[in-house]
Amino acid sequence: MLLRNIVTRGLQLRNFSYCLNPAVGLDTDARDVLTAANEFAKKEMYPKMAEWDKKGELPMDVLKKAGDMGFGAMYCNGAFGGSDLTRLQASVIFEQLSMGCVSTAAYISIHNMCAWMVDTFGSEELKGTLIPEMAKFEKLGSYCLTEPDAGSDAASIRTTATKKGDYYVVNGSKAFISGAGTSDYYFVMMKLDGGEPGAKGIICLMIPKDTEGFSFGKKEDKLGWNSQPTRILTFEDVKVPVKNQIGKDGFGFKIAMEGLNGGRVNIASCSLGAAQRSLDLAIEHLKYRKQFGKTLSEFQYNQFKLAELATKLITSRLIVRAAAEQLENNDPEKVAMCAMAKLHATDNCFEVVNGALQMFGGYGFLKDYPIQQYLRDIRVHQILEGTNEMMRLLIGRDLLTKEIFWKS
Amino acid sequence: MKILVGVKRVVDYAVKIRVKPDRSGVVTEGVQHSMNPFDEIALEEAVKLKEKKIATEVIAFSLGGPKSSEVLRTALAKGADKAIHVQVSDDEAAKLESFHVAKALQKIVEHEKFDAVFLGKQAIDDDSSQTAPMLAGLLDWPQALYASKVEDGGSGHMKVTREIDGGLDTIKVKVPFVLSADLRLNEPRYATLPNIMKAKKKPLKAIPIKDLGIDITPQTETIEVTEPPVRQAGGFVEDVSALVAKLKEKGFVKA
Repeated sequence: MLLRNIVTRGLQLRNFSYCLNPAVGLDTDARDVLTAANEFAKKEMYPKMAEWDKKGELPMDVLKKAGDMGFGAMYCNGAFGGSDLTRLQASVIFEQLSMGCVSTAAYISIHNMCAWMVDTFGSEELKGTLIPEMAKFEKLGSYCLTEPDAGSDAASIRTTATKKGDYYVVNGSKAFISGAGTSDYYFVMMKLDGGEPGAKGIICLMIPKDTEGFSFGKKEDKLGWNSQPTRILTFEDVKVPVKNQIGKDGFGFKIAMEGLNGGRVNIASCSLGAAQRSLDLAIEHLKYRKQFGKTLSEFQYNQFKLAELATKLITSRLIVRAAAEQLENNDPEKVAMCAMAKLHATDNCFEVVNGALQMFGGYGFLKDYPIQQYLRDIRVHQILEGTNEMMRLLIGRDLLTKEIFWKS
Repeated sequence: MKILVGVKRVVDYAVKIRVKPDRSGVVTEGVQHSMNPFDEIALEEAVKLKEKKIATEVIAFSLGGPKSSEVLRTALAKGADKAIHVQVSDDEAAKLESFHVAKALQKIVEHEKFDAVFLGKQAIDDDSSQTAPMLAGLLDWPQALYASKVEDGGSGHMKVTREIDGGLDTIKVKVPFVLSADLRLNEPRYATLPNIMKAKKKPLKAIPIKDLGIDITPQTETIEVTEPPVRQAGGFVEDVSALVAKLKEKGFVKA
């Protein structure tokens, strides 16, 4: 009887203070934005995520609403319409939005990365015109670095700008561009003709959608991330005014990489949301589904597996939030930290979602259940914003080129 | 028109309610809380009236423990101009009754001169539905309860529509008045990031309950709180005549 009481009490206690609650450890401000983003994800996104996946178009109506919420330029200066949030608060928001739809949340994160590039490196004129529109999602942004022949080796890009007076003439192509065809502003990294070789010769230009000579390839058919179109861009003698340049000559690669540090934290945050929602769903399922006369939650294998997955989620969340804070404080270690966060969180959260899917058995494989979509959507997080192999390279290089802590 | 809006911190509607092991009440510790959904509707209506320039100022009010400031911050983020937190301890808050809340609202209204008090038609925790009519009685103001539509009624009046069993009941109330909001009055807005940030700069006044000079001694005593009975499993009968016999035995059909 006593044991029975303890067990019942234990079960009751488990119902509050859920250790996976994403609000744990956050201050009041971050909790407030979490609540707002959660409400938005629950009402505006989650009920439609399967439909968006099927349709393969950006949900413009919901993006407009996200703009009204202040999700378009989250960590941009308030002076131009940004929301003035910290990187940690933005990470908390991306995590919540991705529970509602990973693909749409990830696009929102890319758009935010573009807005931040303008806010940080753009001229006053560009900030004044682009950020207010981007903050409201009246105009969408796309980040364009990868080319058909230049992926991980990003400095080997071949798209070229030739300066002619007050404009550049751009030729070349970009591949795997998220939002392509729908976005209005394209932030394109390219080589400056006659500039320095390699990374130091790269510039960043903002090219608007309807510029002459700028065309789009077919919409790629993808495993996941279907609510956003992906296309190849082609530039043939595209004239771009010099005033559309973001940052100085030779700074393009730096801008692209700095943008990516944040992009990595954001994408990792999107993996967290998928993992959290999948685990929540799996826990509900384990308690409900009965086999051999007992619920799946009563099988110790499932309890142990659940514990392992939950630990993966929490360690991922901790490293992502630590990286977001280092980014906010502009710590010198931030590059390695963001890379570690992206590597750890996107790999582990994929395992969490995959494990949760396994707990659902055959049902997990059905498109009637959301877990398979979370799985398909976050798979690409291990590839983009720098592959997880490149993250290892970055971390390894960092470790071997810095002064170690305790020299012998 | 200056509107006071009552907002209560309650256990979130999505939470599965659990009874405390000692049966003294429900578990509230570590449980997700939020603003009472009907209060959210009342607040939205007040903010809408302000946007239509019918109201001039919207002030949120909450009587409760330290964490009630959370729902007041939400109210500020959703459009209230100021907030008043009448403070009690968590233990006192657990024993508050509608009458105490109505008394506290009365004191605030008399002290700060309001033209209307908007409340939710009920709180989703205790489901009392009494605060609004009690307050109207205490203030000797007209009441418009269970409002589903609120319009300007002209010459110092408001026109309020209420959903009743037979259809719609439209009434004209003289300002000042007390209103309680029904579910279909409006759809509350989201707290946007800029408004969450702006809310931090809006004034939130804390008033200890003793400063209002109200007696909050409970008038009722909770003897026991229990879970609803678990539904019993049914049984099988051999054939129709056995079923009819069972029904007769249980008294569901006349013998």
